Amino acid sequence: MKQLLILSGKGGTGKTTIASAFIKLSKARAYADCDVDAPNLHLITKQNSLPKKRDYYGLPKAEIDTELCIECGQCRQNCRFDAISADGKYKVDPFACEGCGVCELVCPVEAVTLKPAVAGELLLYTEGEKVFSTAQLKMGSGTSGMLVTEVKKQMKSAAADVEFAIIDGSPGIGCPVIASLSGVDMVLIVAEPSISGISDMERIINTATKFGVKTAVCINKFDTNMQNTEKIENFCKGQGISLMGRIPFDSDAVKAINNGQTIVDIVCASGAAVKVVFSKTMELLFEEGGGLRS
Amino acid sequence: MKIAVLSGKGGTGKTLVSVNLAAVAKTSTYIDCDVEEPNGHLFFKPKDIIEEEISVKIPKVDGNLCSGCRRCVEFCKFNALAYIKEKLIVFEDICHSCGGCILLCPEKALTEKEKVIGRVQKGTSEQVTVYTGILNPGEPSGIPIIKKLLDENEHERSKTIFIDCPPGSACIVMESIKDADYCILVAEPTLFGVHNLNMVYELVKLFNKPFGVVLNKCLDGENPSEKFCIEKGIRILGRIPFDNELGSLNSNAEIAVRKSEKYRTIFSSLLEDVKKEVHHETTSDS
Amino acid sequence: MKIAIPVNEKSLESNVCVSFGRTPYFLIYDTDTQKSVFLDNSAAASTGGAGIKAAQMIADNKVNILLTPRLGENAADVLKSAEIEIYKTTTASAKDNIDVFIAGKLPLLNEIHAGFHGHGGK
Ligand code: SF4
Ligand code: SF4
Repeated sequence: MKQLLILSGKGGTGKTTIASAFIKLSKARAYADCDVDAPNLHLITKQNSLPKKRDYYGLPKAEIDTELCIECGQCRQNCRFDAISADGKYKVDPFACEGCGVCELVCPVEAVTLKPAVAGELLLYTEGEKVFSTAQLKMGSGTSGMLVTEVKKQMKSAAADVEFAIIDGSPGIGCPVIASLSGVDMVLIVAEPSISGISDMERIINTATKFGVKTAVCINKFDTNMQNTEKIENFCKGQGISLMGRIPFDSDAVKAINNGQTIVDIVCASGAAVKVVFSKTMELLFEEGGGLRS
Repeated sequence: MKIAVLSGKGGTGKTLVSVNLAAVAKTSTYIDCDVEEPNGHLFFKPKDIIEEEISVKIPKVDGNLCSGCRRCVEFCKFNALAYIKEKLIVFEDICHSCGGCILLCPEKALTEKEKVIGRVQKGTSEQVTVYTGILNPGEPSGIPIIKKLLDENEHERSKTIFIDCPPGSACIVMESIKDADYCILVAEPTLFGVHNLNMVYELVKLFNKPFGVVLNKCLDGENPSEKFCIEKGIRILGRIPFDNELGSLNSNAEIAVRKSEKYRTIFSSLLEDVKKEVHHETTSDS
Repeated sequence: MKIAIPVNEKSLESNVCVSFGRTPYFLIYDTDTQKSVFLDNSAAASTGGAGIKAAQMIADNKVNILLTPRLGENAADVLKSAEIEIYKTTTASAKDNIDVFIAGKLPLLNEIHAGFHGHGGK
């Protein structure tokens, strides 16, 4: 399966807008939303069936059995995460608990146990030949890299014989992004022509090259700052990174999204531009031997 | 007075709102808690920077004392320890600094050592005191840095403090808003925006914080986020229009209220509204 | 000499698993006795540090050679300390990879990818 990952550094650069257009244009039979903190792709890819749901367990969390607790205070003193409060009964704050097990270790009466905790939910939509894998992390759950891996795994096992898949990546530059990157064939970075957008882009390019993944860039809302757009293009040329094109700012795009449509469902400037970006990207993705492959 | 600014996702204008509010408030404090990608300093370009390293405690092994019992390896929930060829290896960036292995080692072979995970910078930009938290890439948790940022400012309660939170609703966001007196949620006028707004809305409700919404990037026509607020009876604090002037100031990392009269007016009145709200909330609370 | 391979199924014909730390099983093949054993990978379920834990298990089983498509930084550190040699597999089955290795035709694994900082990944 050839996998195309779409990434953007900080959110809000139009990553999902572009991913949804790509899904439409390619008629992709497998796609996934790896933005497990704030998944949006399902809002615009119109799923008619109900998803199959599965709980996702993160690190276990401590629980204190107040019947057994003798209120000695050992757990509270030894917890490095200030997760145990003692107003009235001893209690674990599940949001602060990192599941390290120190309280369980020090408790003299075995009142503390680590219990598996649901940290999110995996969703799998199947409709005819199409498979869409997504997830939602629960509020206050910190580690999402593992869930990202699960989302991709779920897609792959449900669509084992599909030859092409599109993955809407996680925002940022941290662990979830690294988890999104692992095993994909190509990354398309959606860059925004702002100072912070440029610095995000550079960081992702760095990570992607470390992974030996083919990398390309397109610029969204390029006309909002021509100077920075040129900066991005020069930077990419200097680094030997392929440019897939420019997409203009387009208020029609917002309207399309708000109607639950992709930008290629209507006639608009950004939709036309995205089509060009799409065909260039496909060419690069399916080009044999080009770029670095791991 | 501590005001936290948050949004379900990055790029909604959280930094725009907190930076401009802090700048228009004149003598204020701006704290960038988005430690993975702090951007506020790009706008403020603070001067006279004082930097402090933040460290956590991780285990260090004394090979002469270690008997190879492996109790620590079995205990560590994060798999940060391995015992190979009669030697204990500590994986420093996997360790969550829980201290468990040290407590448990029967030979007292493990002791603590400090490991730097990031830094806190303090500087000034005109009359605004700017704090930036920076987490070194690859560190498991930025929470110790956020704790430090917010503790530092305990004594400055008299000033208005603006906290630029990390995006999302993870535990690191909870830490950032824990002591806030008021929360401002920033939302975009799209279907995505509503979905992201709903997440932080749930979060502030859970923490019982008084809050209001700022609608950013407003265009003519329908605004699903506005509709959401009306349906849920959420107070709308203000609307920031989408226009090219603001867009280009912002993308060049300029502070709009310092450059344009128009935005000075918009953000001053937003600040007044927020202050009134906070006042109202704190007096009706007690 | 003992060879370890991450595999998707408990069979010599199984594919090699793309993930070292999170593979469901390890095949341990002893070239002297020509016997193979399958180990359940207890690290597969860990939220973080799976590679380290899996590498510890491989080392504890006195393995000399690891055949794997990819490997994380931390796991590689453990294996290096244990003086285990690491070779890069092809897409063929576990058994074919063993044969190719014995024929001396598998390359050493050189690229070690950045860790996942305990947050999953593979
Ligand atoms: S618990 Fe102490 S003695 Fe036992 S292996 Fe760990 S460091 Fe060595
Ligand atoms: S301090 Fe905790 S997380 Fe770190 S190595 Fe020891 S047991 Fe593991």
